Formats: sequence, C-alpha cells, structure tokens
Amino acid sequence: MRVTMTVNGHRMDADDVWEGESLLYVLRERLGLAGSKNACEQGECGSCTVFLDEVTVCACLVAAGQAHGRSVRTVEGLAEAGADGAPGLSDVQEAFVAAGAVQCGFCTPGLLVQTEDLLRRTVAAGAGAPSDAEIREALAGNLCRCTGYEAVIEAVRLAAEWTERGRPAGGPARGEAR
Amino acid sequence: MEFLSPATWEEALAAKSARPDAVPIMGGTDVMVELNFDRRRPAALLDLTRVPELREWAPDGDRLRLGAGVPYAVIVDRLADRAPALALASRAVASPQIRNRGSVGGNLGGASPAGDAHPPLLATDAVVELASVRGVRRVPAREFYLGPRRTARSDDELIAAVLLPAPAGPQQFAKIGTRNAMVIAVASFALALDAGRRSAGTGIGSAGPTPLRAPEAEEFLAAEFDWAGGRPPSPAVAQEFGALVAAAARPIDDVRGSAAYRRHALSVLARRTLGWAAADYRREMAACG
Repeated sequence: MRVTMTVNGHRMDADDVWEGESLLYVLRERLGLAGSKNACEQGECGSCTVFLDEVTVCACLVAAGQAHGRSVRTVEGLAEAGADGAPGLSDVQEAFVAAGAVQCGFCTPGLLVQTEDLLRRTVAAGAGAPSDAEIREALAGNLCRCTGYEAVIEAVRLAAEWTERGRPAGGPARGEAR
Repeated sequence: MEFLSPATWEEALAAKSARPDAVPIMGGTDVMVELNFDRRRPAALLDLTRVPELREWAPDGDRLRLGAGVPYAVIVDRLADRAPALALASRAVASPQIRNRGSVGGNLGGASPAGDAHPPLLATDAVVELASVRGVRRVPAREFYLGPRRTARSDDELIAAVLLPAPAGPQQFAKIGTRNAMVIAVASFALALDAGRRSAGTGIGSAGPTPLRAPEAEEFLAAEFDWAGGRPPSPAVAQEFGALVAAAARPIDDVRGSAAYRRHALSVLARRTLGWAAADYRREMAACG
C-alpha cells in the first residue's frame, strides 16, 4: 500500500509498504531518514522516538498505515526548526554537544527528540525548567549504555537554561559544561 | 495482510463483524511487538486510531465513561481526580512514549495478567463496555477475565469503553518491578475504599493466570477499618490484610520472579497501600471538616 505523510514539514510518499510494517521501517528504509535508530523493536529502548502529530512515540510501535495522513517529525527535523529560523543545531542538540552527552551516539536521536518534547511542555510553555526528577521520568524510556546518564541530564539542564534565558552569544564553548 | 482503517465507530464494528479474525490495533504497543518479531501474522489489522469516540470521555450517570483508546498519558494528566487508582497505575506504565500511545482498551484486549490497568478496574468495580453490530453489552471487570489472555469478549466485538464509578473514598495502586520505569510488573496491587458503603475493593496483578481479587481480604478490611475515624490500621490488622491478599494470589515461578517472592511482595504492597489509603481517608475527613 501507499503511505503518505508529512515528514519534517515535507509531504512524502512511500510505496509498496507492507501492511504490517512499522513507521520506523518506512522512515529508515523507504524514505532514507536513518536518524531514528532501530534497536529493540519493542518500545523498550526509545532510540526510534519521533513526534507523531506532535506527541512522542516509539516509531517501531506505530503501524505504517496509522501514520498515513499524519505529521511526523524526526531528529532530522530538529535542526531545521532552529531557534532563530536559520538552519543549524537546535538548543537541545547544542547542549548535548556542549555537555559531552554523546558517546557512541546510538541513543542520541531518541534522547534529543524526547528532550525537545520535555522542554516544550515545561520551560517553553512557561512552566519553568524541569526538575531532575521530571527529567529522569521524561527520559525513563530512553536507554543509554555508554554515558551513565549524568552528562545527558546535564545537557537537558543546560538546554532548559538556554531555552529560558537564551543561548550565549557566539555559541557555547564545547565541553565547557563538564 | 489487509489493513482496515475505519473512520467511524459504525464502520469499525461492521469491519470486525465481517472479519472477526482482524486484530484491532490502537497504540500498537503489544500488537506491533508481535509483528516485528514475527510471532503473529494476522490476516488483517483493524486500525482504530481514526475513530474519534474511542479517545473521548464523559460522565455516564454517576460514572465516568472512558473511551477504550484514551492514552494513559491523558488519564494521568486529566483524570487523576475522577479515576485515582487508574491514574496511579497509568503513570506506572512503561515510559512516556508508551503512555502516549497505550490505552486501557489495549490492556483489556491483550488481557495479560501483568497489565497495569487491571487491578484498579477490579478494585473499583469498573464495567467494560463491549460492542458489535449485534449491540452493546456491559460486563463487570470482575467477570471479564476468564483465563490466561482469555476474556468475555467475543470475536466480533470491540472494546468501546470502561465505566468507572465515582470515587467514594481513597484509592491506591502500587507495583513491584526491577526499576521504576519500563518494567512489566512482577506483582501489582490496587485498593479502593468506599466510605459510603463501608466496603473495600482489591485487585491483584501479575500473580495469577488472570488479574484477581482478594475477596476475603476485602471482607476483613471492611470489618476492621476504622470508618468513623480513619485511625491507622494496627500492625496486626495490616499484617492480616497483607496475608489475605497474598493468599488470594495464584502466582507461578517465572523469569520475573518466584511465586514465593510474588506472594511476599503482594503482602507488602497490600500493607503499604492500606497505610496510604488510611492517611488519605483521614485527610479527606479533615478537609470535609
């Protein structure tokens, strides 16, 4: 079957989609968007987290046909939506770089999308920066085998601070937060 | 495989009637795992995400009618005061991404004894609304679970909603797993006190072939609880309540825990939830002045 979706603001068609196929497979194998990662295929690891109609989901657990006519935003779409409208990394992405929250990088796309969602619902909505407990709960479905999470949580705090007060001019000094 | 995508509830019921072998899919958190791992190849998937009614909730007499497809995240955010035990259980489901998709209807359809929604539905005496082209029928949750993954739902029926009685006292839920998130329950327990009727409801998860009640524990607590003052239950009462809950379980040894551990965990969960519920009861009394 043919599945048509809006992906990162662009209308895209995927043809010959098998009815039991996941949204993740369509994104990676048919649309060439390999940012969302395929690991557990059972919703346990969060590395395939994307926005589906502005709500975060594990793309491996969405049937492709369920995404037909819907809007999807993947990690590839975060940079396009940079704060000042210009292409470039988002606050969340820059904060992950600055905090050294990336090691092997496999879990990073999912963490970025889930963090983007957390900040949108908290600090960007005027509800203040999320507490550490809120950050841990929000990221509980995103597994990382490298970092031990401390640098990830630091990156989220930093991104929240930048969302609230603006990113320092000239860009952050990379590695500074550690 | 066919992909059926009805836009209305009537179309969905007609599709299920025409294709009783079609597997309903809402959040996909169970069904997609089976497809991804090649464990199941249904002849058809029946996508219910485009049926608006399934995501709605509204009062139904003095009950809350909760559409079967309302995501757990919405129950947590919006319905904690109308369905306290279910909201607590909903927050214990998996991860935010799963709570954004998973729903009570999926828990009921899959009918895993470990499903987090089951103990609150049993404890609060909720009712499951089933529908088909033949009509609508309402089955108490306490009569819905028939065996391992077997329920009162017929092949041509879809789960429309659950009806939740208005809370008439404190409700609690607790769950044991290997960490605080993303776990299938090793054991879970829900408790609902009804101050008007002076009765208690219980629900046990992940410790039997189906979700279970603990009727003897309910009767014991109804008789022993200080309904007039809400005094903390004595250690002896709490101990006996826990023991009766553990005795009602029918657990097995499996990879998540031994039967003995599950019984022990349930006795602890029962005591803890009783203590919390008694504290809530005193707070509510004080608030009502």
